[in-house]
Amino acid sequence: MPAVQETIDQVRLIDVDQYKYGFETEVEMEKSPRGLSEDVIRFISAKKGEPEWMLQWRLDAYKRWLTMKEPAWARVSYDKIDYNDIYYYAAPKKNPAPKSLDEVDPEILRTYEKLGIPLREQEILAGVEPQRRVAVDAVFDSVSVATTFKEELAKAGVIFMPISEAIREYPDLVKQYLGSVVPVTDNFFATLNSAVFTDGSFVYVPPGVRCPMELSTYFRINEKNTGQFERTLIIADKGSYVSYLEGCTAPKRDENQLHAAVVELVALDDAEIKYSTVQNWYPGDAEGRGGIYNFVTKRGDCRGKNSVITWTQVETGSAITWKYPSCILRGDNSRGEFYSIAVSNGMQQVDSGTKMIHLGKNTTSRIISKGIAAGRSENTYRGLVSAHRKATGARNFTNCDSLLIGNQCGAHTVPYIESKNATAVFEHEATTSKISEDQMFYCQQRGLSEEEATALIVNGFVKDVLQQLPMEFAVEAQKLISISLEGSVG
Amino acid sequence: MLEIKNLVVQIEDKRILNGLNLTVNKGEVAAIMGPNGSGKSTLSYVIAGKEDYEVLDGEILLNGENVLEMEPDQRAAAGVFLAFQYPLEIPGVASMTFLKATLNAQRKARGEDELTTPDFIKRVNAAATQLEIPKDMLKRALNVGFSGGEKKRMEILQMALLQPSFCILDETDSGLDIDALRIVSEGVNALRSADRAFLVITHYQRLLNHIVPDTVHVMHAGRIVKTGGKELALELEANGYADYRETEAA
Repeated sequence: MPAVQETIDQVRLIDVDQYKYGFETEVEMEKSPRGLSEDVIRFISAKKGEPEWMLQWRLDAYKRWLTMKEPAWARVSYDKIDYNDIYYYAAPKKNPAPKSLDEVDPEILRTYEKLGIPLREQEILAGVEPQRRVAVDAVFDSVSVATTFKEELAKAGVIFMPISEAIREYPDLVKQYLGSVVPVTDNFFATLNSAVFTDGSFVYVPPGVRCPMELSTYFRINEKNTGQFERTLIIADKGSYVSYLEGCTAPKRDENQLHAAVVELVALDDAEIKYSTVQNWYPGDAEGRGGIYNFVTKRGDCRGKNSVITWTQVETGSAITWKYPSCILRGDNSRGEFYSIAVSNGMQQVDSGTKMIHLGKNTTSRIISKGIAAGRSENTYRGLVSAHRKATGARNFTNCDSLLIGNQCGAHTVPYIESKNATAVFEHEATTSKISEDQMFYCQQRGLSEEEATALIVNGFVKDVLQQLPMEFAVEAQKLISISLEGSVG
Repeated sequence: MLEIKNLVVQIEDKRILNGLNLTVNKGEVAAIMGPNGSGKSTLSYVIAGKEDYEVLDGEILLNGENVLEMEPDQRAAAGVFLAFQYPLEIPGVASMTFLKATLNAQRKARGEDELTTPDFIKRVNAAATQLEIPKDMLKRALNVGFSGGEKKRMEILQMALLQPSFCILDETDSGLDIDALRIVSEGVNALRSADRAFLVITHYQRLLNHIVPDTVHVMHAGRIVKTGGKELALELEANGYADYRETEAA
């Protein structure tokens, strides 16, 4: 039975206008006609130069989607989305498929510079030496504008490219795995994504290969009234390893924008995938105007024995987050992990968590979730842990902690636990706490400002999860959390 | 150094301090004694700037500056330090991290450079050794799972590191066994200097055998009702506070 913990209190005004990535880039864009129809899907497919089977796949998804209803079970509320008022495709007019960085619109390059995303390999190579290198795929609205270190990765046998390119160049791999973890019919937003997805990353790591660098995709929504429908597919073949990170930002706008992504991970025997997200979509202003609707389906399939999938997420952005990165623990002895920090401030609404589905024998999973609610936000952890009849020896450990800042926000924990065999051992721990005025006073008495004190206490609270992030991102994430909470006290 | 004039303070409509006057000079160790509920802890919180108290009248001057207009962190940077009766726990934040953050925040507020890590560690180790604080305690989350004695030693460690000019000890002796009392008192005595003043709040004479005060003030019903030398503490220990209660009734 789901245990529901609730804490909701009264009103306090705060300022959340701290978003530092809210600028717009002036680039001439080519867009699909507004709204959604078979013609629009044909338009997208043609723009991407897709084979016929891909177009059919999309059209089937679209037909299916027309019969589906938007889910309403999450603890979030928003005005009805008019799916015919959105542009489903927007790409820079000048050279939408650049072959090298020299062909990329300088305005777009400047955008990534401003965001601190390195796209020039030489510059990265010339940087301070012990710095770890990271290959980047940069997705701007509906298209990938640059992918770095492709050649070097190819030498190791690793395929890292925009998914639209992979559909043309590696159709067999894509056909074999696309939709094999998140089926076309999975849910309303995933089905919509299957019909209209525009770009995202494709990764294939061959057997026995340890990917020589971190891979990352940087998603940027720029165009007005445009949805972003990214699709990412990562396959780690037998005995391979890959670590992948995604980041996201968007301009400040008064209207809401939809981001409905699907991410599929497949880990074969003895393979390991680490997937980290630093999500910083525009969260809307203090009154709840604008911001991204982040409705995302992420799922990993530990298909092979002894495989491992780890999701680590730091969620600070979006007006609404609806997201449950999950693991299907199919292979015997496979392991799934979920580490999450979800920060909400202002009028943000978060309904996020994970599903650990134990199918194989002796499968283990671990969930560490830290929710931080400030302002007038609502922050819900929703998680499922289930053990199949045949999943003997399944084990799970769940720890869900919520921290409240101020007395107008809410934190909720909704765990679902289902066990169909007697040998499964599931543990669940949950706490809800508040930064007390006494703690604040103590820190201030020692010389910390109110904001420094909050940041210190919050960082202590999320420490277990930050440790899971790759070093350089952990530092970034720590800063990001502090920025998101600026103005949440006092 | 510290001058309090006619201080009137209430909390939730309840008067706690009633026109309190107090002067503590540079280099002086002043003790405040008094029965429960006389307003001793309130006085320490009001000097440090805790929010819940409403100051209705009076002023608190630290080196001529009115501290009532400052935020608690500004008062800290100006040299006010309060050793808490019940130090707070900060889960997940290593004591070492906390010490560094606070020291650097104060240095920044005073326009000084941050300490280098080796320099910082040297200072912490020196102070920790004197207070018999083992190194692994510094790696643990601040005050989480610490014994009463460990918490109080950690307070004095912070005092030694931050080098404040005006130190308030709020019932630092409560919950300490004899050995811990000795260690803590030695730590405090080592910090006594001509530039630093102390306000030692306590119920009992016991602490004042270790930290010998220059002056003793008796507090009752939100006022200083008697001031004397260190012998006043002994007198109180023998006779209790009964005399002062009668004064009030009369």
